[in-house]
Amino acid sequence: MLAKRIIPCLDVKDGRVVKGVRFLELRDAGDPVECAKAYDRDQADELVFLDITASHENRKTVLEMVRKVAENIYIPFTVGGGIRKIEDIRELLKAGCDKVSLNTFALDNEHLVTAASERFGSQCIVVAIDSRRNPDGTSSVYTHGGRRPTSWDTVGWAVQAEKLGAGEILLTSMDADGTRNGYDLEITRAVADAVCIPVIASGGAGKNSHLYDALTAGGADAVLAASIFHYGEISIPAAKKYLIERGIAIRT
Amino acid sequence: MILIIDYGMSNLRSVSKALQNLGGEAVVSENPSDLKGAAKVILPGVGAFGDAMKELDARGWVRPLLDFAASGKPLLGICLGLQLLFESSEENRTAKGLGIVKGDVVRFPAFLNLKVPHMGWNQLKFKQHDCPLTAGIRDGQYVYFVHSYFVRPADEGCVLAVTDYGLPFASMIWQGNVFGCQFHPEKSQEAGLSMIENFLRMGV
Repeated sequence: MLAKRIIPCLDVKDGRVVKGVRFLELRDAGDPVECAKAYDRDQADELVFLDITASHENRKTVLEMVRKVAENIYIPFTVGGGIRKIEDIRELLKAGCDKVSLNTFALDNEHLVTAASERFGSQCIVVAIDSRRNPDGTSSVYTHGGRRPTSWDTVGWAVQAEKLGAGEILLTSMDADGTRNGYDLEITRAVADAVCIPVIASGGAGKNSHLYDALTAGGADAVLAASIFHYGEISIPAAKKYLIERGIAIRT
Repeated sequence: MILIIDYGMSNLRSVSKALQNLGGEAVVSENPSDLKGAAKVILPGVGAFGDAMKELDARGWVRPLLDFAASGKPLLGICLGLQLLFESSEENRTAKGLGIVKGDVVRFPAFLNLKVPHMGWNQLKFKQHDCPLTAGIRDGQYVYFVHSYFVRPADEGCVLAVTDYGLPFASMIWQGNVFGCQFHPEKSQEAGLSMIENFLRMGV
């Protein structure tokens, strides 16, 4: 049976992991390779690196990081942040990552998703959606790190992204993000029901039961979290044990 | 020396690095004449069947690869590389595969109502237990898949392992010196690395 996935997300700035990873054994918690190896040892199912450096001159640093990570871990990993054009994607995949995650520039230029999936295959094109709830209960898509609203309804954009050729949706609820009160199950479910590609739930994880809820009630195929794994509040082996005991298919 | 075929269709860093980390000598080659000196060959691949066959053909790999397979030396196809070993694919009706293994390649049928690509960690169920490639790998082992099409060997006897995704499909094949896996061993942690190591040690 296809297993549900647990995916730690690492924020990277200028080639260094920020919001540090507090694994005790790490000599350098800012080193992306050390962090990646620690999660690989912990049986993470995939990794996501989100480059939060604003400047475009940073591409070389990112590529160097991707190269080093690819040589040191044997699980799939995704790189996102600031990807504007086909050439950016080509360089990243060539450097050794397995997927790229597109966000702002996918909305600015829908053709980018189509061109990328035609060229590299939809399996390596993830469309990341930052979603925020409106006062009337609907949800809208935001870009530029959640600062700028768009006219897209969240479910509508997810469906459009799939049509354009996305192979996966990484859905972050900006309302839930950072609260540790659990994933936004409603929007996760709505998106998961509307598309036929895998959906990764993101934003709001605080404890094991939140992962369970997103994978069951939320209909997600994978759960992504950052701080709870970094700060060791939940360890991946403990989360896996919890989910397996509750009948979820999880890789061991 | 293990030759990894580079025909512009995939990232080969993980495969070659895995072989090197296991103490093997791996060479990524864009030159078909290198096949003569190779003890073993890995045919990787990501992308579309038609494009891949076009590239293999344009770069002069097809005939030398068929000769290599006929020589009896170990050949391993990974992901799209496995599919290319077959005769044809639903993905591109006009493209002809290498035809080293009889059978075709088909898409996960829509009526199964599954998410396609089949992406993530899924389990192996072995049909044969004496294959040197999978020595030491247990039934039920999880490995990492990313694909929308799967192979259908004409001879069921060459199915080494199956995986369930709506239906049981051939996730590994074994035909004499020819091996193939639909998943990515280079992305499947210890189990994948053991298979790469088994391939490396084969016949040594």
